[in-house]
Amino acid sequence: MSVLREKLENSNDVVFTAEFPSVDGGGMASVERNAARLAPWFDAVNATDNPAAHAHTSNTTTAIAMKMYGLEPIMQIVCRDKNRLAIQSDMMGASLHGITNLSLLTGDDVTAGDEPEARRVFDIDSAQAINIARILGEGKYLSGRPIKPAPDFYLGAVENAAAPPFDYRIQRALKKYRAGAKFLQLQICFHPDRLEAFCKGVAEVAPDLKLIPTVVLVKGAKGLGFMNDKVPGIDVPVSFLARVQKASDPSVEVIKLTLELARHALTLPGVRGLHITDFRHDDSLDSFMNDLGRTPKRQTTNR
Amino acid sequence: MLKKLLPFVEHALKAPVWDCRMCGQCVLHSTGMTCPMTCPKTLRNGPCGGVRENGHCEVIPEMQCIWVKAYDRTISLPLPKVWKQHYNELRPPVDMQLQGTSSWVNLVTKRDQQVPGGWSVQGSEH
Ligand code: SF4
Repeated sequence: MSVLREKLENSNDVVFTAEFPSVDGGGMASVERNAARLAPWFDAVNATDNPAAHAHTSNTTTAIAMKMYGLEPIMQIVCRDKNRLAIQSDMMGASLHGITNLSLLTGDDVTAGDEPEARRVFDIDSAQAINIARILGEGKYLSGRPIKPAPDFYLGAVENAAAPPFDYRIQRALKKYRAGAKFLQLQICFHPDRLEAFCKGVAEVAPDLKLIPTVVLVKGAKGLGFMNDKVPGIDVPVSFLARVQKASDPSVEVIKLTLELARHALTLPGVRGLHITDFRHDDSLDSFMNDLGRTPKRQTTNR
Repeated sequence: MLKKLLPFVEHALKAPVWDCRMCGQCVLHSTGMTCPMTCPKTLRNGPCGGVRENGHCEVIPEMQCIWVKAYDRTISLPLPKVWKQHYNELRPPVDMQLQGTSSWVNLVTKRDQQVPGGWSVQGSEH
């Protein structure tokens, strides 16, 4: 059962998703700790797949561990590290363990990571990966070999509403929707006007596609500057940078700014939730969620 | 004989203009006459989310993203309307068996239209 699917498809509830911290040692205790911190606030949490081209504990095993501690995973699969065979076995492995939510991404290039000498795979791209997941869900491998019974997937993808070519991003969302994506988690976006144009455009061409924009919690101007300079595809307007820099308490101001972005995003057509990336790792997550009007869920663990 | 010769001829003609990588299943017509195999991620359905603010590539910052270029050219070049409409089509995964063969031969024999047995596309524009 996917709570995410249930909420997005059969209710009007707003959903909240987040990123599970990458696991590098620390064992199940670290998973338990992080699950306990995130579970009260989020409907589903992304199990990432070597984010920013850094090796970590695998997507599938992280997703399984999260599930053990009562957190619903959205298992990401990126196209950078695996060919089409390995990607299909990732999907089937997820299904074996009752993982329903998949999110298919292109992935950052190997040069973004700490092992730039690695071979980049990109045997298939994200739109093809979504289509292949849909085909598995209809009871066939890509080759046509039958799968009985077919795995049950709820498919998602990622799109960058704020990167060029701006007007094509709407068409690209439509392409992913046609391939089988039911929800889109959007890249971090600091341009409310671009986000608005994108959401309006998507709501017109694919009204059933559920949009989940992302906001990010950073510590201050330095964090904003880092994303602007170091993360391709993310642009932070100078006015935002200046506002945070000049504030008497940048750490408070940046949260105020993020709240404004979050509230604006939630008013846009097609938007059904919010994805929160937390780079602060302090207690500001709780107050941020409170300010957004969320009340923490009571925790249930099914081990 | 011709089968052996054609890949050389095709490469000699297409490499200088389009930086052709001889994938053997040419889609230039649907990508504004821009070769997607020159994208560092070899995306057939680009662009990725890493395109920089100036329209340049995530991986090679001094190069314009080839999918941005493809989009601009699809809009601005006087190409047949159907080619333009094909821009947002879901292109199937590359058939690695065709690497190094002539896409001209594969076009005539329709070999380049063969897709894996399970592949299907839903809700296309045509
Ligand atoms: S920015 Fe463009 S050219 Fe560069 S990897 Fe992404 S899609 Fe390919």
